[in-house]
Amino acid sequence: MNTPMIELKDVKKSFGNNNVLTGFNLTIEKGQSLVIIGGSGSGKSVTLKCLLGLIQPDSGTICIDGNNIADISNRRRKRILTKFGMLFQGAALFDSLTVWENVGFGLMQGQGLNKTDAKEIAIEKLRRVGLSPDIAELSPDELSGGMKKRVGLARAIAAEPEIILFDEPTTGLDPIMADVINDLIVECVQELGATTLTITHDMASARKIADRIAMLYEGKIIWHGAKSHIDNSGNDYVSQFINGRADGPIQMATRINKAPS
Amino acid sequence: MTNPLAIIGKIILAALAELGGLSRFAATAISHIVRPPIYWRLIGQQMWLIGYNSLPVVGLTALFTGAALAQQIFVGGTRFNAESVVPGVVVIAIVRELGPVLGGLMVAGRVSSAMAAELGTMRVTEQIDALVTLSTDPFKYLIVPRLLAAVFTLPLLVLVANVVGVLGGFLIGTERLGLNAASYLQITSDFLEAADVYSSLVKAAVFGFFIALMGSYNGYNSRGGAQGVGKATTNAVVSAFIAILLTNLIITVVVFGVTG
Repeated sequence: MNTPMIELKDVKKSFGNNNVLTGFNLTIEKGQSLVIIGGSGSGKSVTLKCLLGLIQPDSGTICIDGNNIADISNRRRKRILTKFGMLFQGAALFDSLTVWENVGFGLMQGQGLNKTDAKEIAIEKLRRVGLSPDIAELSPDELSGGMKKRVGLARAIAAEPEIILFDEPTTGLDPIMADVINDLIVECVQELGATTLTITHDMASARKIADRIAMLYEGKIIWHGAKSHIDNSGNDYVSQFINGRADGPIQMATRINKAPS
Repeated sequence: MTNPLAIIGKIILAALAELGGLSRFAATAISHIVRPPIYWRLIGQQMWLIGYNSLPVVGLTALFTGAALAQQIFVGGTRFNAESVVPGVVVIAIVRELGPVLGGLMVAGRVSSAMAAELGTMRVTEQIDALVTLSTDPFKYLIVPRLLAAVFTLPLLVLVANVVGVLGGFLIGTERLGLNAASYLQITSDFLEAADVYSSLVKAAVFGFFIALMGSYNGYNSRGGAQGVGKATTNAVVSAFIAILLTNLIITVVVFGVTG
């Protein structure tokens, strides 16, 4: 059996009295595209931050390609991080740099590529996400929301990562632009053959991107299955969520005191 | 809940936790200074931002303070027929204390706040997390250049402040108070000792470290959107001010406390 690309075992994390992850188990095989759905405050962002090593879990293990990232040296962890690309919710473009410098950042800083080559690749990646080379010299704050997302995607795929994380890729976009971004994500991921983990609460996006879907609720994966099974999951929580009903086992009111995720 | 002891305890614990966090942040930053890669281009960029752009405000502060100081010492000195103390007291006060302290405070107001706001915005817009996903250490890329640039630049700024401060005293002393220009300069150079200049520059480097440290620490750890960034900016300036005044006192007591 192949080593899974990402494996989380019984990961727990709390902030003060607030238990965000309460025994999180998840396995993603190489080349698979998994989407985690879940409401606000269910621990989705914390999961991504644990994967990137930005937050240390209290207990449990996180293995990337068979390496437990909790007990390896900093240097090896850094090498593992080079496998990652990430598209942030607000794109998180560096506003002190131009568009192409953003896209080429990982190539120049991480891989030590020279400016000319990095720019060439950056412009190629911009073209890949449907942006013209004219915008390469612009500053990120001159771009619209949809264009920022595209630049963020170009930056995430620039170094041809093995694993790409998407944090709510369609939030804040109109439905048409959201679909354009979804298409781009699917195409880019297929080209790279990358393993992806997406967190979202946009079901249209989840249905388009996912091979498999997992539902996160109160810090645990409560349902996990192929995309085709999502509509007859037999799970009340899942069916309430995907149909967007206010009534059901998930009580929004109980989340008021939930912490930032 | 209203037990005063419990409240005092809570405040002290919070303060100690903050101090611990700051110390760990400083230690991490310093450990990164000695490990490559070092981003020289970013250090240069920060030195320009901190140094060159602070010249007007530091220069003006020193000029006006030196002039006001000369005027006051002259007023005091005439009571004892000792107007000639003006140049000596001005140069010692400026070089030992006012040049580094006022220069440091002015730069802290400009630079700590700007650093905290910039890094805080980068934090809340996830740009700092994005650095990590692009195989770049935020400490090396953001914090170390700011710390080194401030430590290198502040002594240069304070040197300028010292010269301009003495010049302020000289201008008001010769133009308004009728002191002799040649003897003013003679007394100035007689009173000034090398130790004064060294201590001034050491102070400046230490202040530079704290200016960048407080700006970086508060910005880097800010959370909670626009309000959080605002709070980080205020805290950066206030804590930099306190750190400057406290370390100034410590250095002054250590260097000048014994010899007088």
